[in-house]
Amino acid sequence: MSNIYKALKERILVLDGAMGTMLQQYKFTEEDFRGERFKDYPTSLQGNNDLLSITQPQAIKAVHAKYFEAGADIVETNTFSGTTIAMADYQMEDLVYELNFQSAKIAREVADEFTAKEPNKPRFVAGSIGPTNKTASMSPDVNDPGFRAVTFNDLRIAYKQQVEALLDGGVDVLLVETVFDTLNAKAALFAIEEVKEERKIEVPIMLSGTITDASGRTLSGQTAEAFLISVSHIPLLSVGFNCALGANLLQPHLEAIAHKTDFAISAHPNAGLPNAFGEYDETPEEMGEQIEEYLKKNLINIIGGCCGTTPEHIKVIANIASKYKPRAHPSIPSQREGKQS
Amino acid sequence: MSDKNINKRLAEASSLWGEVGEGRKFMRLSGLEPLILNENSNFINVGERTNVAGSRQFLRLIKEEKFDEALEIARHQVDGGAQIIDINMDDGLIDGKESMVRFLNLIAAEPDICRVPIMIDSSKWEIIEAGLQVVQGKCVVNSISLKEGEEKFIWEATQIKRYGAALIVMAFDEVGQADNYERRIEIAKRSYDILVNKVHFPSEDIIFDLNIFPVATGMDEHKLNALDFIKATKWVRENLPNVSVSGGVSNVSFSFRGNDSVREAMHSVFLYHAIQAGMNIGIVNPAMLEVYDEIPKDLLERVEDVILNRREDATERLLDFAETVKGKSVEKTADLTWREGSIQDKITYALVKGIDAFIIEDVEEARQQAEKPIDVIEGNLMIGMNVVGDLFGAGKMFLPQVVKSARVMKKAVGYLNPFIEAEKTDKQEPVGKILMATVKGDVHDIGKNIVSVVLACNNYEIVDLGVMVPPEKIIEMAKKEKVDAIGLSGLITPSLDEMVYLAKEMERQNFEVPLLIGGATTSKAHTAVKIDTQYKNAVVHVNDASRAVTVVGDLLNKKTSQEYVANIKKEYDEFRTKFLKRGKEKSYISIEEARERKFKIDWETSSIIKPKELGIQVLEQLSLKELLPYIDWSPFFRSWDLHGKFPDILKDEIVGNQATELYEDAQKMLQQIVAKQQLKPKGIFGLFEANSINDDDISVIKKGKEVAVFRTLRQQSLKRDGIPMFALADFIAPKETQKTDYMGAFCVSIFGAQELADSFRNKEDDYSAIMAQAIADRFAEAFAEYLHYQIRIKHWGYHADESLTNNDLIQEKYVGIRPAPGYPACPDHLEKETIWQLLDVENQIGVTLTESMAMWPAAAVSGYYFANTESKYFGLGKITDDQVSDYAKRKGISKEKAVKWLFPALAEE
Repeated sequence: MSNIYKALKERILVLDGAMGTMLQQYKFTEEDFRGERFKDYPTSLQGNNDLLSITQPQAIKAVHAKYFEAGADIVETNTFSGTTIAMADYQMEDLVYELNFQSAKIAREVADEFTAKEPNKPRFVAGSIGPTNKTASMSPDVNDPGFRAVTFNDLRIAYKQQVEALLDGGVDVLLVETVFDTLNAKAALFAIEEVKEERKIEVPIMLSGTITDASGRTLSGQTAEAFLISVSHIPLLSVGFNCALGANLLQPHLEAIAHKTDFAISAHPNAGLPNAFGEYDETPEEMGEQIEEYLKKNLINIIGGCCGTTPEHIKVIANIASKYKPRAHPSIPSQREGKQS
Repeated sequence: MSDKNINKRLAEASSLWGEVGEGRKFMRLSGLEPLILNENSNFINVGERTNVAGSRQFLRLIKEEKFDEALEIARHQVDGGAQIIDINMDDGLIDGKESMVRFLNLIAAEPDICRVPIMIDSSKWEIIEAGLQVVQGKCVVNSISLKEGEEKFIWEATQIKRYGAALIVMAFDEVGQADNYERRIEIAKRSYDILVNKVHFPSEDIIFDLNIFPVATGMDEHKLNALDFIKATKWVRENLPNVSVSGGVSNVSFSFRGNDSVREAMHSVFLYHAIQAGMNIGIVNPAMLEVYDEIPKDLLERVEDVILNRREDATERLLDFAETVKGKSVEKTADLTWREGSIQDKITYALVKGIDAFIIEDVEEARQQAEKPIDVIEGNLMIGMNVVGDLFGAGKMFLPQVVKSARVMKKAVGYLNPFIEAEKTDKQEPVGKILMATVKGDVHDIGKNIVSVVLACNNYEIVDLGVMVPPEKIIEMAKKEKVDAIGLSGLITPSLDEMVYLAKEMERQNFEVPLLIGGATTSKAHTAVKIDTQYKNAVVHVNDASRAVTVVGDLLNKKTSQEYVANIKKEYDEFRTKFLKRGKEKSYISIEEARERKFKIDWETSSIIKPKELGIQVLEQLSLKELLPYIDWSPFFRSWDLHGKFPDILKDEIVGNQATELYEDAQKMLQQIVAKQQLKPKGIFGLFEANSINDDDISVIKKGKEVAVFRTLRQQSLKRDGIPMFALADFIAPKETQKTDYMGAFCVSIFGAQELADSFRNKEDDYSAIMAQAIADRFAEAFAEYLHYQIRIKHWGYHADESLTNNDLIQEKYVGIRPAPGYPACPDHLEKETIWQLLDVENQIGVTLTESMAMWPAAAVSGYYFANTESKYFGLGKITDDQVSDYAKRKGISKEKAVKWLFPALAEE
């Protein structure tokens, strides 16, 4: 049994905050993104944050370290867009394996340093698997609702490649996150099951959906509970929600699923809703107060931050989380579904 | 039998077999919404009409690739109460895999259909897998079996588990299909053990189809078919934990095809007993079910004898009885007697009734009889349109009918044009050329479009410049096209200014053609006082499409026009004098005095409720269907010049028939729009801390910082002593009270109306185009109503236990108000800018403001939320110069600008 199951039983685990928000502070230029290796690359590379794991590894390392210092138990690899589908924007499909491998390796190194310093608090690496920029159950063309820009098989193959590279790079957990279309997530889960079967291994999976707006549904139209039902066929370490909403607005959706699953519950909300300039201005204290409401209601096992959150936010959240007991969840998946084929 | 009936009966029956004991697990499925079985679950009704094997109609539609109509069948099933829809594309003449994927992809775009789970039904694994790859929810696979051995069974079940679906197992093995009690339970047991122990398939996700076969076939070996199924169902439910039992019910009555009365009774009786035994899912056509209690006793007895095999001669007795029970089938056919008349009669009838089904063939026939194709237009069609015109003029036809007639006319002319071109004869001379435009800054054009159509019907040539037309362009085109009259339209108050400006320009450039003024914001008073005085030629206010034809006719008739214009000028002059006199009789108090008489809420006792969700939120995932209950239809009829309250208007003595017809057409289009999601609602709202400051302003606060200030206007027209002078700021606690109060702002809009209307217009169908726009407007208003309700019960939550009917909503019986800038309580459109800046409306949802502060897309509503129980709607009335100066100063704009925006509310000097 991986250590993370043990840790999860003992305490509320803290996930890190936003990578993008931290990288913005470096104000990297096009040249910085390119580095020496890609200086003649044919497309513009500024904004390809995943690439920084290769061209600016020190920065990525530093961000991971800051989050661990702030009290995070788990950091996410810098691989949100690490699929051939998402990387097509930069014509970097061929680099996908390397990007994921390097990102996982960097995070692994930092985590191991911290675990060595503090053996009673093991640190974990979650391989971040984003939704890609295409949806499998919606048409991008309003005039042709039956059209699909990506198929289940396209996604399954792309996710499989990402999963292999993340595992090779040494992640402890796979985190399928910011799920706006459940079908994309099901393709990712399918790919993970294939890899598990082929490698004859068990890997804990965290799955986190996104409730898009005040209608209380995912982008692909599902309610929180319908989403939960649609992804519960695979033994998950945790299920929950991240992004799009601030902590207070996420609460009803967490409540909607917390009593209906045996999986652990995770949440990593944004630092409030964006202001008119697209900036997140909720302070760590404001966000902490709202998150404390979750903990008082015993809704949570894993808590962290998404867009707009910083190490300061995570520090406050980690402090609060240490004062509460984790939500009791009936069984841990590896035992319940031990003989998974 | 209605679903209510089924479910009631099934609820009773369910309790008989009840729970299997502690720790029982229940199946959970999902579409966009969950479907969860539990110990109290009623019978799950699976829709069966989307099955090419079971529905000839569905098969035909799929073969002909009429997927839109096929979707309607699916929708009909869900609307009719199906909790799962079964989809089957197994037919030799279609590509099953492709059809399955295409249909499921289309269903995924229909929130009202895909809210329920899908049952993917095929005997081919490749079709099942293709289906599983395109559905996001947890589906049911129908079905797999041991028919081709254990290995294949295990492999398929493993895949299905990985795709996250439940499955139906057919009672079928290597030997064949189970057709008696023993074989059924043998195969069920074996399948269950393999699934649970080898595949580790969740037992609650297993459904058994234990084969429903026909009874009363005349063959002895079929006598036990129903009874064995029922007994096997009981055994399976008692011995195989957590599973469900399902089946296709209509099979049982197969031998009575053609006799629906008997079939319906057989289905009900069969279900009644099967459900008691534990059948909890069924593929049933709800239209083919009789209420068990309502089956005539003699029929019931004979059917039960057959189903339960109670008598040797059960089949014969039922057959005999069936002879006496006649199925009822009355086909309604359209009355086509009018097709027997002469060619002219047919064309006239088609135009008057607005029927376009035969117009092309009729026109073609007329063309062959005519000397020149143009004669058909000038002869046959004009004769018909003259009848339409006469009926309309006499009040015997109504606007929607005329617009429909125009649609037929256009279609006919469209058909004839190529022939006319080919002959190169002169085109028919129009009786006049009219320029139509919605003025700069304004986007509303329903009224303008209606007038254009009506005039075009009467043989005027229309030069339609569209919306947001700058004055220079109107002038330029009027000259270039040598038009005979100019028609201007506008809905928002700043448009009035534009019209005044245009009148001045026409005067300056020595125009002589008449100017027609119309649109919701225009009035005879404004036209007489502000526009007529700027232009020495004819200016006429025409706010009623039905008047447009006569007015234009009189204006352009060379013989009478001079006299007519002189009369109009005189009438407006008298009206003006009277109106201005009336204005002077009113008296006003100064803004200072008015402030002293402000509406005072006792803030010590008034309860202020903090919104549950402070901040800004966007709504982009809303389904049109959720807005349907909030639609207020009365204004829809008004936009068609049919006046009256809905639904009474449908029974109105004069316009009732027409209103009913219009309403039916609207319902049809509404269904289409909802089905194809041709319109898209997008909205945004924000709830904020707020305090009133300096009497009339409202300071909006976020994190202790002022992020916006709303300027409100105060009533000044003198009222009786003791009656307060309202301003919206009165409903928010003043800063001095040191109490934190709250307010909200919102914008909701319907996207896609323009595109939809254009698509109809491209097909020469103005009737549908106007209809589409009118429906979009209704949706926008419904959205505003819906969101206000959500604000009250959820996002702000100040009235969480509210229960009002739609009628109550229309009558504004709710607590709190949502006034909109540009409307009576706050006529200043400029305040929209503040809302836009506060909510970042344009970036967030893409609704923009024109220079006249009209919203685009035009089907949009924006405004404020006030929650205080004492807040109420009021009309500002007129205000005086002192408030305008004060307002300009507060807002930091020039006095001229303030006057420009406030002028409709200014008291005359």
